[in-house]
Amino acid sequence: MPDLEDLYREIILDHYRNPRNRGELECPPAVRAEGFNPLCGDEIIIYVDLDGDVINEIKFGGQGCSISQASASMMSSTVKGRTTAELANLDRAFKTLMSIEPEPAESEPNAPSHNEAQAKLETPAKLGDIEALKGVVKFPVRIKCATLCWHTLTQAIQQAQT
Amino acid sequence: MALNTASIRADFPILCRRVHGKPMVYLDSAATSHKPRPVIDAVTHYYEQINSNVHRGSYQLAVESTDALEEARKKVANFIGAGSDAEVVFAKNATEAINLVARTWGCANLSPGDPVVITELEHHANIVPWHMLAQENGINLRWIPIDTNGHLDLTNLDRLLDGAKLLSVAAVSNVLGTINPVAQLTEAAHDAGALMLVDASQHTPHLPTDVQEMGADFVAFTGHKMCGPTGIGVLWAKMELLEAIPPFLGGGEMILNVTKEGFSTADVPWKFEAGTPPIAEAVGLGAAVDYLTGLGMKQVRSHELSLVSYALNTLKERYGNHITIHGPQEPAERGGVLSFDYKGIHPHDVAQVLDRAGVCVRAGHHCAKPLMRVLGCGATSRASLYLYNNESDIDALADALADADAFFV
Repeated sequence: MPDLEDLYREIILDHYRNPRNRGELECPPAVRAEGFNPLCGDEIIIYVDLDGDVINEIKFGGQGCSISQASASMMSSTVKGRTTAELANLDRAFKTLMSIEPEPAESEPNAPSHNEAQAKLETPAKLGDIEALKGVVKFPVRIKCATLCWHTLTQAIQQAQT
Repeated sequence: MALNTASIRADFPILCRRVHGKPMVYLDSAATSHKPRPVIDAVTHYYEQINSNVHRGSYQLAVESTDALEEARKKVANFIGAGSDAEVVFAKNATEAINLVARTWGCANLSPGDPVVITELEHHANIVPWHMLAQENGINLRWIPIDTNGHLDLTNLDRLLDGAKLLSVAAVSNVLGTINPVAQLTEAAHDAGALMLVDASQHTPHLPTDVQEMGADFVAFTGHKMCGPTGIGVLWAKMELLEAIPPFLGGGEMILNVTKEGFSTADVPWKFEAGTPPIAEAVGLGAAVDYLTGLGMKQVRSHELSLVSYALNTLKERYGNHITIHGPQEPAERGGVLSFDYKGIHPHDVAQVLDRAGVCVRAGHHCAKPLMRVLGCGATSRASLYLYNNESDIDALADALADADAFFV
C-alpha cells in the first residue's frame, strides 16, 4: 500500500485546515455552480466573477474530505487573476496530473504550433503547489475528490460565458 | 446459547484475508455480508452438477434446477413466516422489490395527490421510486421526521397518515441502526386505510423476521446482506395483493399464454419473475437461510446486541466527547450499525486511515442523503457488525481511529 504520507502531504493539510477563498460571492454579477460526487456525497459550490475573460474573483463553499477541500483551496489560489485560456491550460495540466497514465517525459518535444501565443498555451502549465496532489493518483478512489472542484469551475465558467 | 464466534469465523474463507499486510477487520456488513462456505459450495454445486434453465424442461437436469429454485423459495418462505411459498417473489435485490411495488401496485392504485408516507431515515431505495411516481403520477410524498435520538417522531403520525394510501418504512435504519416499531406503524397505517411496505434489508439478516408479526402488506429485503449471493432479493406480499396487482416486467417465464393479440400472466409468484431467474443466486440464498437457521436468529441478535454494547462502551470510554455516535444510545433499540463522527475529521479521511490498519468501514452518505441533511452532515463513518465479528474487531477499530490524529488533529 502506498504511504498515507503521499496522500496527506503537509501543504494539502495546510490548505484543508486553513482554506483560502472559502466563502460566497453575490450572484449576479458572479455566477454559481454546484458539483456533487454522488459516490460519497461531497458537495462543492464555486462562485466566479469574470471581468472579460479574466477570473477577477473566486470563492468556494460546500463540504467534503481533506482532499476535496484542499484541492478547491489550491485551485482557487492558482486560478485567481488568470484568463479563461490559462485556466483551460491549467485544467488540462491538472487532469494529466490526476491521470493514472504516466505523464509524457519532459524532454518530449511539443507539437509544432501555428504561432507564439498558441505555443505558449500548449506548454504544460505550471501547477505549483497543486502538484502536491500528485499522490492522490496512488489512491484511485480519491481522484474524484480532487477533480470535483475543477469540473465545477469549468461549469461555472461555461455558465458565465453563456 | 451464545454464538461460537471462533467456529463461525472458520466458516467464512474471506476472513483469513490480510489487507495491507494486516489481518482484515471487516466492519461493513450493512453494505454486504461475507459468505460462509456452505453458500459458496451450494452455488458451485449448482453450476457443477445441476445447471440448466428452469421450468418447461423435461430432462433430468431441468427438473433438478426447477426443484432447486423452488426449494430455495420454500426455505425463504419458512425463514420469514410466509403464509405460502408462492408469496415469495424473487427479485434482483431489495431496490428492485420496492420498485416492483411502486411500478405495479403504485401505478395501478395511486392517483394524483394521493399521499405516500415515508420517513427521514430511509435508504434511497425507499425514496427514489416514490419520487419517480411523484413526478409521473403526481403522488404526494410525506415524511415522518426523526427526533434527536434517531427515533421516528410519531407525534403527528395520524395527521401524516390521514388519507394516505401507503406507508413505507425501513425496519432498521442503515445509518442510525434504529429499530423501528414496525407492528405499531402497520397498525396505524391500516387504521388510516393505507397499506404497509417494510424495507427489511437491515432487519432480515440480523433479527428474527416474521412477516405475520410485522403485519405488513409488502416486505422487501436483499440476499447479499444475509450471507447470500448478490443478485437475489425478495419481495414478500400477501397472496391476494399479488394476485390483484398487474405484472412487473414482461417476457418469458411470466406468461400463461401469448398470442398476436395479447398475453395472459402465469400464476403468482412467476407472474413477477420475467426472464431466466437468478437460479444459482436463489440456491445460494437458500443455503444462507439454512446457515442462519442453524445458528438461530435469536442467537444472532443476542450476539450483535452484546457486541454493539461493547462497541458503544469501548468507543465512548476511549474517546469521550471526541466521538459522536449517531442514533439511539440504548443498545436494545438499535441494530449493529454504528455511524459516527470522530473529532470532526471527514469520514473519507477516517476510512482512509482505518484502511491502512486493515479495518474496513464505509464513509459517505450511505444512500440516505435526506437523512444526512437532517443530521446536518454530508457524510458519516459507519462501522457495521455481523455474526462473525468479535470484540477484538471493535478493539482494532478503536486502536486505528487514533492513527487519524497524526494527520488531522
